[in-house]
Amino acid sequence: MIQIKDLHKSYKMGKNSLHVLKGINFNVEEGELVAIMGSSGSGKSTLLNILGMLDELDEGTYTLDGVAIKNLNETKAAQYRNKFLGFIFQSFNLINYKSAAENVALPLYYQKVARKERQEKALKYLTQVGLKEWANHLPSELSGGQKQRVAIARAMAAEPKVLLADEPTGALDSTTSYEVMDLIQKINDQGNTILIVTHEPDIADMCKRIVHLKDGVIIEDKKIEQVRASKYV
Amino acid sequence: MFNRDRWKEILEVLSSNVFRTLATSFGVGWGIFILIILLAAGKGLENGIRADFGDIATNTMFMWSRNTTISYKGLPKGRRFSFKLEDVQAIKDNIPNLRFISPRNQLGGFGGSNNVVRGLKTGAFNVYGDYPEIIRQEPMTITSGRFVNHNDIQDKRKVAVIGVGVRNELYDLGETVLGTYIKIQGVNFMVVGTYQKKDDGGGEEGQKEIYVPFTAFSQAFNMGNDVGWMAITALDGSSISNLKEKIVNVVKEKRKIHPDDKRAVGYFDLYEQYNRVESLFGALRWVAYFVGVLVLLSGIIGVSNIMLIVIKERTKEIGIRRALGEPPWSIKKQILMESIFLTIISGMIGIVFGAAFIYGVNAVLDSVGPVDMFVNPSVSLGVVVSALVILIFSGLLAGFIPAQSAIKIRPIEALRTE
Repeated sequence: MIQIKDLHKSYKMGKNSLHVLKGINFNVEEGELVAIMGSSGSGKSTLLNILGMLDELDEGTYTLDGVAIKNLNETKAAQYRNKFLGFIFQSFNLINYKSAAENVALPLYYQKVARKERQEKALKYLTQVGLKEWANHLPSELSGGQKQRVAIARAMAAEPKVLLADEPTGALDSTTSYEVMDLIQKINDQGNTILIVTHEPDIADMCKRIVHLKDGVIIEDKKIEQVRASKYV
Repeated sequence: MFNRDRWKEILEVLSSNVFRTLATSFGVGWGIFILIILLAAGKGLENGIRADFGDIATNTMFMWSRNTTISYKGLPKGRRFSFKLEDVQAIKDNIPNLRFISPRNQLGGFGGSNNVVRGLKTGAFNVYGDYPEIIRQEPMTITSGRFVNHNDIQDKRKVAVIGVGVRNELYDLGETVLGTYIKIQGVNFMVVGTYQKKDDGGGEEGQKEIYVPFTAFSQAFNMGNDVGWMAITALDGSSISNLKEKIVNVVKEKRKIHPDDKRAVGYFDLYEQYNRVESLFGALRWVAYFVGVLVLLSGIIGVSNIMLIVIKERTKEIGIRRALGEPPWSIKKQILMESIFLTIISGMIGIVFGAAFIYGVNAVLDSVGPVDMFVNPSVSLGVVVSALVILIFSGLLAGFIPAQSAIKIRPIEALRTE
């Protein structure tokens, strides 16, 4: 699903150049649930941004579902993001003046899906994350866990190839974190490919594979026995 | 354009901070309000001055004789001369595109002594010997009877058409006027009509005139072939200002006046005056647009500023939308539409208030009575349409820079802002 070869990325800060990613080689198969771990400054967020086409790579190749991601203009990048990727953020990033259902329907709007179908689909995914009754509530009326579940529903609404989660449990207490992880595992069970950036070992243990980043290189890449989050819920 | 979600969003954004939206729209509304009022005031002045011109044929010149200033062909300078009837024919023969030539002789004049008698009553009036065409050049309303006609000219009938001012002085109220006789410098003329001129600032003087047939006048007062004054109107489409030189030259030739003698023939080019006033109106309109658009511009800058702030506030949201796959042009369109919508709505409010203001001014003018040189200030539909065009354009202008800056923010940076 994802092939990355010899990826380099550096940021220019005035005269200094900060080499963040120093040659990453990394493949993800369909249906995997991968945790990208590392301390802050290890380059994990940069890697995720490049995977999410929010940032451009300097060197190397990135192929997503057989499509080379290279030299995209903003319109094309937006189109690819919409079609290939679903984002889950640490701070949820819901649009606060839109209801839960409208938030979920947003990616479909950019796909020019008809209004009625959009609403139906949004409701379907909200039901899947257990928030059907909250469809017409604004994000400010939801708890943190609920917000993240809306965000997950939104990420899934466009039926992307890969879900990218940046510290999805970073702003949640541990009980809620496990609920969210339970949901993510269930989605993964349906065959969706998911990448999670996290620095919490217990969250990483709930994935099927852990990629350890340090100072811009992968120091460890191992498959693990998944811990089911449902045990803690 | 007619996308329900887009409009919903525009309304959501604009109503999220009502006071700010109102304050912003006030700037644009005020600009359009000023523009409308300036244009209406200009129009009012224009209407007022046009009313002063009345129905006078504006493509007209008046010509009279003066003393020569250069000796010519053995004739001395300082010679007093008079136009002749044959000059009228000569002008007709030599100058194309003329509509009317009305020669006139005159008795009396402003502040003259009493020259008209009827029974025991006397008065001092202007008495004109005229051709029937004069009524087309110097419009007047015939209130009873008729005006001088060509049969009067032909038969040299001693008939007279008198103004209401003359009637008021020489007749009692309700007395029969038509068919009675008045004595003009000792010669009896029968009154066959009365007229009234539009009150045009000339005041009473315009109503105190007596029109008699040119030929009868010449005979009665021993004018021979002399012509004192001419009113010459060109056909529509050819300007009298371009013809006047030729006309004067024809007369100079006939009257043996030195071609370089600039002062022998006096004339007044009404058309030139009229055009001067017309160009004044043009300048007024231009000033109104200029000032109005400048005032509007400050409103537009206000809108642009607010849009920039809105974008700053919504940076994160824009980042989210782009991460979810909204194309940049869609964001740009959204911001432009918000800006245009805000501008148009506030502009409309400005137009409505402007119209109400003009309506109020008109109501006051109506109740107070006519004001000199100011009649019915108004704006035409054309002005409103052009104001709307200006608004749409300004909305685009106001939204352009913010929209551009919105899509310049990279989604990753937008997502990072808290």
